[in-house]
Amino acid sequence: MPAAATASEVPAPARAWFARPRSGGTLLLAALVVLAPLALPNAYAYEIAIQIALNAVVCVGLNLLIGYAGQISLGHAGFFALGGYASAILASRYGVPVWLALPGACAGVGALAYVLGRPTLRLKGHPLAMATLGLGVIISITLTTEDKWTGGPDGMQVPPLVLFGLTVQGEHAWYWITGALLVGTVWLALNLIDSPNGRALRALHGSEVAAQTLGIDCARFKLQVFTLSAVLAALAGALTAHYAGFITPAKASFLHSVELVIMVVFGGMASVFGAVVGAAVMTLLPQVLTVLKDYEMMVFGAVLVATMVLFPQGLVPTVSRWWRGRPQ
Amino acid sequence: MSGAWLQFIASGLTAGAIYALVALGFTIVFNASGAINFAQGEFVMIGGMSAATLVAAGVPLPLAILLAVATAIVVALVIERVAISPARHAGTVTLIIITIGVSLFLRGLAQLVWGKGVFRLPGFSGEEPIALFGATLLPQSLWVLGGAAVAVMALRFFYGRTLAGKAMLATSFNRLAAQLVGINTRAVLFASFGLAALLGAVGGVLIAPIAFTSYDAGIMLGLKGFAAAMLGGLGSFPGAVLGGLVLGLLEGLGAGFVSSAYKDAIAFVVILAVLFFMPGGFLGARSSDRV
Repeated sequence: MPAAATASEVPAPARAWFARPRSGGTLLLAALVVLAPLALPNAYAYEIAIQIALNAVVCVGLNLLIGYAGQISLGHAGFFALGGYASAILASRYGVPVWLALPGACAGVGALAYVLGRPTLRLKGHPLAMATLGLGVIISITLTTEDKWTGGPDGMQVPPLVLFGLTVQGEHAWYWITGALLVGTVWLALNLIDSPNGRALRALHGSEVAAQTLGIDCARFKLQVFTLSAVLAALAGALTAHYAGFITPAKASFLHSVELVIMVVFGGMASVFGAVVGAAVMTLLPQVLTVLKDYEMMVFGAVLVATMVLFPQGLVPTVSRWWRGRPQ
Repeated sequence: MSGAWLQFIASGLTAGAIYALVALGFTIVFNASGAINFAQGEFVMIGGMSAATLVAAGVPLPLAILLAVATAIVVALVIERVAISPARHAGTVTLIIITIGVSLFLRGLAQLVWGKGVFRLPGFSGEEPIALFGATLLPQSLWVLGGAAVAVMALRFFYGRTLAGKAMLATSFNRLAAQLVGINTRAVLFASFGLAALLGAVGGVLIAPIAFTSYDAGIMLGLKGFAAAMLGGLGSFPGAVLGGLVLGLLEGLGAGFVSSAYKDAIAFVVILAVLFFMPGGFLGARSSDRV
């Protein structure tokens, strides 16, 4: 992984509070979330906005792992789908109230990620990519095959989200919930990056040996961020399932894992807002491309290749460097 | 019992031979660029689909095979020039994402050209199963095993005995040193894509009579080839062959004796276990951390 990708967002201490990503950036995002409904014409647009917010939550978490800690994962769709299935199964088969099933599912996935992450994160580079890919495939096959529990390849119905005795219904309510969740996640991620833990992650990205000689427990920090990103994926997965009222094993597929990584890299690694922008563009693009029908997949691939060839660092880091007047 | 064993081993080795060819393609491109080429499975698909279409159009089989392999090579070389070479200085992750974009593009193109239908090539020497010690073998299985063996031998000869092969091998050991002795490493990357596509397309043509092929056949084959390359040790040629055969055997025996729904999961569980204890795979270089 290129060391240059990490250097893009070193906070300058002299900047005014509103120019810092942690305060100004979060406020800007919050303002965007609050003002966006003015430009959303119909329920379909709201639906896309909700999808963007949920994908962005996964990507912000995944970016902490890939962009900041430098650890690839090709299996996060597995955690995403497990969150959805666990919450759905707890609620529909065991009668657990949804407000309890959802955090329960996230905690369960977090515990699983913690246990699986222990041996997995000892690997680096391509073996790590392979191991996480394998975890994702195993989860996906299990969800497809255990049809007693999951309904098999056809998927299963998911009960609606009930919060404080009220059923969350309609695009508007979901928009505000997912929008608030996104702002909260971004704020959390930005704080984490600026914390001692975040600095430890960036240090071990540069060199694990060097970080270790400074007394950083690399294994522990890697495991923490892996678990955090898995919990965020599970949370978004569970919300996606409750929102759609339905979930299929396709949510756990290798292609979905790849899609999530594409969002992170497309927007820009080691940039929290890059992850949000990547999620937004990569969620919108297929919607726009549906007019091309048969050409959709081809054009999507071509756009992806062209962007990565022209902006190898991803959209946001390239644009922000250009904005600061230092091209490349 | 022994008949069943033989049956599962034979079907496992047949699949494994194809995985080995795909894994060799991964290895060749990895050695030249340091990146995993996730479009490798698409070369297999293009080979199989082109051959099936040409034979259906009345082209004699040997000519159809040659043309199909040539098509895959041309596609790979164009891709290398347009998408890979301009980004060769980008990071590994960026390169991987580019190859994923390429694979989406090729899959979309294949869907446009061939539609979503399933294609099949007739067996090279008939469909009459051969009975052998209580197991039944398709003659095409022998073609697959033999074809893969010939391809591996040819690759050995190329790398061990020809100047171009030695230059490619030198580049994989140390790119800078190879440049210093006058090897054109850009040409090596170019040739690597062609060679990887050749192996992939040969695999695609050999397996097309057994496994039906369609525009999205490359996804699973690519995944398996990558897994085989990792299992054997990324970057190692004997490792790729060994990894492919072991993966195929795991699947064959897993499907036969445990559960066919879980055969892929069984294979991946074993791969994970191997990686946890031998991160470099069976024959991979013992990696040391860069300080």
